Amino acid sequence: MPYFLAYEQFNDLISALNALGYRCLGPQVQDGTIVFDDLTDAKQLPWGMRDAQKPGQYRLQKSELNESFAWANGPQAIKPLLFKPKESLWRVERDEEGAFTFKETLPEHKPIALIGARSCDLAGMAVQDKTLLKGQYGDQQYRWHREHLLVIAVNCSYSGGNCFCVSTKTGPKATSGYDLALTEIQNGFVVEVGSDKGRDLIDSLHCNEAEAAEIAAAAQRSIDAANMQTKRMPKDNSRALRDILMNNLDHPRWQEVAERCLSCGNCTAVCPTCFCHHQTEHPTVDGNGSVHAREWDSCFTQGHSYIHGQVVRDTTEKRYKQWLTHKLGTWWDQFDTSGCVGCGRCVTWCPVGIDLTEEMAAIAGESNVVVDKKEKDS
Amino acid sequence: MNVIDTPIDTKIVARSDESSDIFTLTLQFTDTEKKDYAFQPGQFNMLYLFGVGEVPISILSNGVDNRLYAHTIRRVGRVTDGLSLLQVGDHVGLRGPFGRGWPLDLAQGKDVLVITGGLGCAPSVSIIYHILKHRADFGRLFILQGVKHSSDLIFKKQYEQWAALPNVQVALAADSSQPNWPGHTGLITELLDQINLDVNNTLCMMCGPEGMMRASVQRLTQMHFPEEAIYLSLERNMECAVGHCGHCQFGGDFICKEGPVFNYPQVKALLNKKGF
Repeated sequence: MPYFLAYEQFNDLISALNALGYRCLGPQVQDGTIVFDDLTDAKQLPWGMRDAQKPGQYRLQKSELNESFAWANGPQAIKPLLFKPKESLWRVERDEEGAFTFKETLPEHKPIALIGARSCDLAGMAVQDKTLLKGQYGDQQYRWHREHLLVIAVNCSYSGGNCFCVSTKTGPKATSGYDLALTEIQNGFVVEVGSDKGRDLIDSLHCNEAEAAEIAAAAQRSIDAANMQTKRMPKDNSRALRDILMNNLDHPRWQEVAERCLSCGNCTAVCPTCFCHHQTEHPTVDGNGSVHAREWDSCFTQGHSYIHGQVVRDTTEKRYKQWLTHKLGTWWDQFDTSGCVGCGRCVTWCPVGIDLTEEMAAIAGESNVVVDKKEKDS
Repeated sequence: MNVIDTPIDTKIVARSDESSDIFTLTLQFTDTEKKDYAFQPGQFNMLYLFGVGEVPISILSNGVDNRLYAHTIRRVGRVTDGLSLLQVGDHVGLRGPFGRGWPLDLAQGKDVLVITGGLGCAPSVSIIYHILKHRADFGRLFILQGVKHSSDLIFKKQYEQWAALPNVQVALAADSSQPNWPGHTGLITELLDQINLDVNNTLCMMCGPEGMMRASVQRLTQMHFPEEAIYLSLERNMECAVGHCGHCQFGGDFICKEGPVFNYPQVKALLNKKGF
């Protein structure tokens, strides 16, 4: 049974999380966008803010609604909390005889409660779980962060101009992966429980059960958000894209998009599923120790495909082709899923506004524009 | 201790120069009690140079002592430059073994054709030792090695020893050669005409530059050698060796995990495309 969490009770939620030992992160306006940062008071939430997103564009505007989650998303998904931009993997000490002692370095910090993850972000997390947790080898650092994260999702009541999660079947309403899921309606949130931890948490707040009208209002919010989407991934992001891409490696569109692409790697940095990283070494000043770490890498760099004196992907065309064929195509071979969750971040944060749904449409020969439902009915 | 996530300490017990820029380090675990490490021919280790980083290097078995792991390395970057300066008694970190090795079980009862180019001969040494150790399980062994210039040939002594064995044929090719070069001057593919292949009962294992492997496959298929009987070892940038860092992706495969040894039909489509 869903509950109703009134706006006035939001700070109780934060206090309850703090009392359980969590560091609370939530969305707030910073640098002209919405980012996750330490949340100590509901006042910090982006009240009345709405994001206008277009290819290559993100603008925050005041909305007439005085709501706290009336926006779609910012540049971050959950990824930076679990697969960190920089992280130590192991350290080594060298003794007087020159022998090494290696020790794995695991993260050490308070568990995190993230408030405000979107359905597409949860889908991105599920994809990264497959990459870093569920294969032949698990990643120790990712596992640690994953086990120390509590997720309070907030379902979208609005879709940005680059959202296409309806076609990728990853939103706008979260269906799994959360401890609690909130949907904002008038004066508060309808709360659904997704785990035992979430159940204990909501029980401690003594919320009322949501009334039928509140549940209906929340359901309508998700429908409204879905209906706002104008963009779609051709073939509904299905496995069919794999063969379409791999059978079109000589398509003229690759050359055409390469003339626009700056090969900057913004798309891979904001993508909730991109996992490429390179490993770095940080010797201590006394010369007797060293820390082996990793940091995010991008297939758009020259170094990514460097191998003894040569670069396999020496042109932007080859790099864009690698990215798109992997993201929408060969990801299926590796992880039995698409690498795209429909969040639209790579479209928004691309400095030249390259839209992967449009590139895919050009190659697949199927439109990336949602046909207006009324138009379709008439 | 897990040797997959975190390296383990090893000591250099032997070091030799194979050429001006290729050298071999033979490593032994300093924890001599460590008994659960076992590798398959064709797999690789990540070798760690203190304070600098790791590189993927294939493992050569010496065919005699299973507690010693030889790695033949070319000096091409910061880590391999540093490794080349190490001496016997120095320490090296090691993670491994990684990847899928040569399909030696499928080669049982058949002739084996080993085609290698340049330093590609190193990952194939373990095949040869394995066959020589279990000689009765295999048919004839053909060892074909190509180099750019005859002076690039390494493992000269081993080739001579192998050539002297019964049912083993060694053929060497150099694109250009100096006087007294005992091998063929020309392409490695031309060596295929010099051996008496039973195309229906041979397994081919190949390692070397991709251009050389493509040309060899082309010549073999012209000779009606079945594609399914060809295996090749591929190489890409590798940093984690466990399919997480993304550098070695080859279409849907991670070369570090699904490879480095692949059946030719599996990689055929992308092997002929640039940029993968």
